[in-house]
Amino acid sequence: MFDLLTNKFENLFYKIRNKGKLSPGDLDDALREIKLALLEADVNFKVVKEFLENIKTRAIGEKILESLTAYQQVVKIVNEEITGMLGSTSSGVVFAPKGPTIIMTVGLQGTGKTSAVIKLANFLGSKFQKKVSIVAADIYRPAAVLQLEDMAKNIAVDVYSESNSDPISISVKGVELFKRSGSDVIIIDTAGRLQIDEKMMKEIVGIRSKVNPHQIFLVLDAMTGQEAVNIASTFNQKVECDGIILTKLDSDTRGGAALSVYHVVKKPIKFISSGERIEDFDIFYPDRIASRILGMGDILTLVEKAEKVVSEKEAKILEEKIYKNELNFEDFVGQLRSIKKMGSLDKIFSMLPIANKNRIFKKINLDDSYISRIEAIINSMTVEERRKPHIINGSRRKRIARGSGSSVSEVNKLLLQFSKTRQMMKQFSGQKGKFNLPAGNL
Amino acid sequence: MLRLIKNLNSIWNKFKNDQKSFWEELEEQMVASDISVNTTGKILAEVKKHVYSENINDIEKIKALLKEQIVEILKTNGGIDLKMSPASPTVFLIVGVNGTGKTTSVAKLASMFKGKGKKILISAADTYRSAAVEQIQHYAEKLDLDIVYHQKFSDPGAVVYDSLEKAKARGIDLVIIDTAGRMQTSYNLMEELKKIKKVIMKRIDREVDEILLVIDSTTGQNARNQAELFNDSLNLTGIILTKIDGTSRGGIVLTIKNDLGIPIKLFTDGEKLDNIHYFDPVEFTESIFS
Repeated sequence: MFDLLTNKFENLFYKIRNKGKLSPGDLDDALREIKLALLEADVNFKVVKEFLENIKTRAIGEKILESLTAYQQVVKIVNEEITGMLGSTSSGVVFAPKGPTIIMTVGLQGTGKTSAVIKLANFLGSKFQKKVSIVAADIYRPAAVLQLEDMAKNIAVDVYSESNSDPISISVKGVELFKRSGSDVIIIDTAGRLQIDEKMMKEIVGIRSKVNPHQIFLVLDAMTGQEAVNIASTFNQKVECDGIILTKLDSDTRGGAALSVYHVVKKPIKFISSGERIEDFDIFYPDRIASRILGMGDILTLVEKAEKVVSEKEAKILEEKIYKNELNFEDFVGQLRSIKKMGSLDKIFSMLPIANKNRIFKKINLDDSYISRIEAIINSMTVEERRKPHIINGSRRKRIARGSGSSVSEVNKLLLQFSKTRQMMKQFSGQKGKFNLPAGNL
Repeated sequence: MLRLIKNLNSIWNKFKNDQKSFWEELEEQMVASDISVNTTGKILAEVKKHVYSENINDIEKIKALLKEQIVEILKTNGGIDLKMSPASPTVFLIVGVNGTGKTTSVAKLASMFKGKGKKILISAADTYRSAAVEQIQHYAEKLDLDIVYHQKFSDPGAVVYDSLEKAKARGIDLVIIDTAGRMQTSYNLMEELKKIKKVIMKRIDREVDEILLVIDSTTGQNARNQAELFNDSLNLTGIILTKIDGTSRGGIVLTIKNDLGIPIKLFTDGEKLDNIHYFDPVEFTESIFS
């Protein structure tokens, strides 16, 4: 996400980077570019205006035009202002001091409330060891309850539903039931509604006053345009939201709505949801996203992901092997699997601090089946071949190709890539203390 | 939506005192309607050209010029009627990202064509989302339509194949295919759609009659990416703009039409099954200014 914004800043800063001192004209050009970039990223135009004013005031106040490091200072100011717009700190998860935490989600139709509820339930269950239950209060959309029940089954979470009843009494009864049965967290999934639909808005106001949720989350589609601010403001006026769950952050969403909503409504973005898998859900870290906008990548999240799938011990053994130049195909396939566990390739790629990602993205095809194809080739090797890759001669190559349903040239390509990787890793391992990514050259 | 530039009158006094800020505010209002900065620039450049070469200083005339430019972008040669094939069945393929309202649009389209006396079959090719089949089944029952569905996670291509076979056997006029929502950047899922298209073309031995992308009018600039990438994969024949009963302005369709030339064919504006209408560029533009 935020890719375009990142690219715009990269290009802009590339232009002014080598100039050292900035002229007032340069600053205006920079501001114009920033304005366009933010508008094209769906940041609300009023917020953009304010943002530009702030940057300009600071740039003049801090006398950066006279400085020799004007470029760095503009970057710093923009970075700080964007982080400020997104809320400076991550707000984390808040549980009720006593008894079960009741959470209600609200939002427009099609923003991904039901998926977000399931992902949140899974997140609180697996990360905080909470017993989570869900109340199905969407009686309008056909098969909505069925969808919730079906998805909840996969994560072993109980759902309360009722036919021929209204959402307010369903919520009251569901919450009572789960309170008695010892749930730690009870999430109420409400129907999608337009914020201007008085009757439907009354309904969530009613649920709120009867059930008194500890936390109310607005589920907001990251692709929302200029209207995001009004949508969030209205929901917030009616039910006083505690935070926002930002959905559909995968794909090429620029996500500027996130910037404006926090800034205008002053409610933090609590969680982000970014993919088809249940695990594609996380706490929102504003500073990380701001760095990403400025082309610095999201290394922190990447490191965390890597730590989740590779234990320290495994990493040590691997390091040893690399150092002795003993890396073999068994290690290689293990590395590939670790990467797979970290998420889809394009997502990992989007976190790397590489300039002009979009252009590269168009050229290389980050297809996850690529890893599967490599795995197939390695699986067709004998144990001996995997451990001692140098013995793989011509006829072995032919056999491996046949066995894995690939061509000899694909096998050759992999062998070549592997020997290059080995060399490169050997070089990296010489630089002790430097950050090592698993299979870092992919 | 449909109030793109309702505040034109309020900034009019600026035109006399400070023209630069008049144009800037007009630009802001257009961008605030989700029209892209580029499209806005293009429209305003044309309007300004006329204003200054013809010395126009009448708000109504400027409004007329703006309308003219917008209609110019939105209008299509050859009309927007959905194409019915002389050889039955006609096939509509409905695609889009998650949550835009594909399934509801399929039901509304079916209702619209049932009203015209067509025999319709719904192909439930969203085999991915939980309860997607049950949702579309609900509509099929309500409208008394034929429906073909398979088990969850089965191959959507097989559902489509099966649907077309049954449609031929039962003398169906129109097959409407509901597909799973997918991000336009998901390589594998876009390949799956290409495969579905191939299955259809092989069965009917011609191009798919309509391939319609469903776009949520609440969406901002990303809608353009959606249209571009879905079009790259499938060659879209048109767009269905949904949820325009909300407060968003859907201005992004201007950019989509301007940049990619994909016509907006239909829009939907409510929860009822008959809340679907053909898109009329002149009406749309008029309502922007009313």
